[in-house]
This record gives sequence, C-alpha cells and structure tokens, in this order.
Amino acid sequence: MIDVAYYPGCSLHGTSREFDESLRAVAAELGIGLTEIADWNCCGASSGHTTDHLLGVALPARNLALAEAQGFGAVLAPCAACYNRLSAARLAIATEDGLAARIPDIIGRQFANSVEVHNAVELLRDASVTIDEKVAAALAPNPLEGVKLAAYYGCLLVRPFEVCGYDDPEQPTSMDEIINACGADDVDWDMKVECCGGAFSVSRTASVLRLGRAIIDNARSHGAEAIVVACPLCHSNLDLRQKAMAARGEEPMPILFVTQMVGLALGLAPVDLGLGRHFVDTEPLIARLVKQAAERVAAEKLAKQEAAAKAAARAEKQKVGA
Amino acid sequence: MSAPSRTLAADILEATGINAATCYQCGKCSAGCPMASESDLRPHNVMRLVVQDRRDAALAEESIWLCLTCETCSARCPNACDPARVIDAVREMSIAAGVADMPRNIAAFHRAFLEQIRSNGRLHEMGMVMEYKLRSGDLMKDVTNAPGMLSRGKLSFRAERIQGVVEIKRIFEKCGVTP
Repeated sequence: MIDVAYYPGCSLHGTSREFDESLRAVAAELGIGLTEIADWNCCGASSGHTTDHLLGVALPARNLALAEAQGFGAVLAPCAACYNRLSAARLAIATEDGLAARIPDIIGRQFANSVEVHNAVELLRDASVTIDEKVAAALAPNPLEGVKLAAYYGCLLVRPFEVCGYDDPEQPTSMDEIINACGADDVDWDMKVECCGGAFSVSRTASVLRLGRAIIDNARSHGAEAIVVACPLCHSNLDLRQKAMAARGEEPMPILFVTQMVGLALGLAPVDLGLGRHFVDTEPLIARLVKQAAERVAAEKLAKQEAAAKAAARAEKQKVGA
Repeated sequence: MSAPSRTLAADILEATGINAATCYQCGKCSAGCPMASESDLRPHNVMRLVVQDRRDAALAEESIWLCLTCETCSARCPNACDPARVIDAVREMSIAAGVADMPRNIAAFHRAFLEQIRSNGRLHEMGMVMEYKLRSGDLMKDVTNAPGMLSRGKLSFRAERIQGVVEIKRIFEKCGVTP
C-alpha cells in the first residue's frame, strides 16, 4: 500500500472531474492511498509564471509546504500543468541562489522543500506489473485487448527534462508501457510530444484548433482508435474542441484519460470512470470493444472445446486400433 | 528595473543565469515551435534581439506573448540556451517596463485567471470565463459550449474558496503582482 498526498488542482475539481473520478477508482483497485492536501491552492499554471517568476514558484510552494506539514514525502499531481509547476518550484527552490531562504517569508510558512512531486503516468507506469496481473486475472473479457491507442504526452508532462525527468522528453514510453499493461497496442506515431495549444484554449481558440487537428489527424493516420492523455488541458483541447472539427465533417476520435483506460482494463464501469462527461461520445467505441472482447473469448473457448474433442476422438481411435 | 547602462543580455543573465550569447542561431528551437507559423519573431529571433541588446524591440514585441510555454525550444536547444526561460524573463521585463504589447484576449485571460486565484485561492472556471469576457469584450465566446459543460457536470456556479485566501493575497503582495 502506497500512501501519497493528492493535489487535484482546479481542473480536476471542475472541467476535468472525470480525471479525478477515474484516478480515485483506479487507485483504490491498485491499493494506492490518496489523501487530498487540506486547503490546497491553485498552482498559478502558465498565467502565474508568465507574469512573474517568483509568483510562479511561490503559489506551488505553499502546496508543497502544506503536504510537508501534513507529514507527506511525496505529492501526486495528475494534471500535467500542476505537476510541472509543482516540480519546477521544487527545482527552482533547490537550485536558485537565495530562493530557499526567501520562500518561508513569502508564503508565511516553514518549508524545507522535502516533498517529491509525481504525476499519474509515473505512478501507473510503476504499477504496470500489478495492472498487467490484475487484467490477466480478471474474470470478464478485457475490452482493451488488441485495441490501438496513441499515447499523447504533450508538453508539460515531459518538458523540461530537468523538471520532469521520469521519461525521455522526445521519445517518451511510460504511457505506452501502461497501454501495453492494459493489453492494448501502442501506436507508433509522430505527435506524442507536440503541444496542443494549452492555455490558449479560451484566448486564441483558432491556434488550438490548428494544433489539435494536426495531432488527431496524425494519430488517426497511424491507426489509432483513440488517443490517451494525462492532462486536462490536452483533454479539453482535443475533446471539447473537436466539436468545431466535427462541424467540418471530420470523424470523431475518442480522447481517454490514462486513468480511464486503466479502469476499463480493470473491468470498472464506464460511468464510474466519468466516461459520460466527454464531448466526443466514448460509448460507440466501448460498446464495440466489449462486443469484440466477448466474441474473442467465445471463439477462444470454442477453439479449445474443438481441440479437446479432436484429442478425445484421436485417443478413442488409437484405443480401437490397439 | 535596471540601470539603463546595463545590457539586456546582462539583465537576462542576472535574472535567469542564462548567457544568451551562447546561442549560435541554429534555429532548432524555431523549427519545433508550435506557434512559429503565427509569430513574426521566432524563438531564435528573440534570442538574437537579446544578444544585440535591442531592448526596446524585444520588450515591445507581440510575439513573446504568443509563446505557449510548451518548452519544445528549450528541450531541443543543442547548447542549453533555454529560450523558453529567456522569453519568460523578457515578458516579465516587458510588464515591468509598461510596454507589453499583449494581444487583448491573452492579456484578459491572464488577468482573469490570476484575479480568480487572488480572490479565491483556486480557479473558478465559470467566474474566470465571465471575467475574461468582460475584460476581452469577447462576450459570445464559447456561449454555445456552456449548456454541454453544465450537463456534463464540468461547470459549477459556486466558487471554491480556500481558508488560507489571506495567505494567497500575501503571496501576490510579496511578489508585487496585481492582476
């Protein structure tokens, strides 16, 4: 049983509630204890550090100080933007001249910078053996067996390397490992670490549509049946903003949070994973996968029965011949 | 912010520890920049302005506000010049000097976002979008998405306000930031 401080961040309490719901459901299955940091505040996201470097460090630092005071050595920040800001603050305070001494006064709290920062992909990758075992042991057919999924990392989950460091910034594989642990096939494609337009979703939607369309088209042309993400901004830029693409007659591409994918493989109900909250309907894909999985298992069962019958007939023949 | 006799590159070095003169203009940063096609100046051009000490041009440049802070430039720089961090520092100086040429919508977004944090400690998405609309004048923005967001439980009318909101106001004051 691992126990970590949980920093949901604003999106997981709002527009990406399904990321929070599916994370909690999957963590419970995998024996990971999540304790939400009491009275956490917004990390400032890109608006914070774009405006003022110190503000971009101090806002996340208060959360790390709260986790530290609550006795935790590690924080889980599933949102890629929160993860990046919390981790960047930890690094800045550890490396920038005089910053560690100034922070307690700015945030009005004691702080020893002793808390590690992790994201959900890192957590699930480290649990991938457990996921694999649980999927193999499940009684119901695994709907994800053989489905082609594109792992989309975007920016803030892997860059800069000094801040993230758990995976390669250009050719990351951690999410692909989780896809494989779920029994699905990872797609080899070109846009794994391209930017979706991030925080320009509201203020410069045209840029976000241009970038999102390129990502979805590339995943599709490499055979992906859905894209897997681990960032609320990526999710809304690819899911909500697909409405504009659908209006131009483009085929829908379901966008799954990595936690929702793991939940499906573990046999959790789509409703408990918040899959009904998406704009691109995930129901047709899931229905098709469940049907395929049932057919596959039935065919395997039939093949086994036929093989057993053949073997029995052969044994009978030999007995007669003898 | 700094004595006029100081060069921009010296100010950047002091603020970030990055020596912009180590940029040899290979353009790898700009080749990967997702906003390159929409920006007049690309990351390597901004690095050049810094090295050439063209402070007025750099600080008043609109392109620095089109940066998504995706960090692709810094990840790919073969000489560890960290253009993303340099652009962040130029933006900060630009605000301090009062010459920021931020596109209205982007400025409205950042201010609305930070004001939400300062007053509640957390981002209230609906409140932020409302404030953004007022600041940007883009009143009809995403109006057609609101019903779908509400029916999916993605928007809340009520803001979450943390108990330590006084601490957050103090952080803003200590950092000298007024949204």
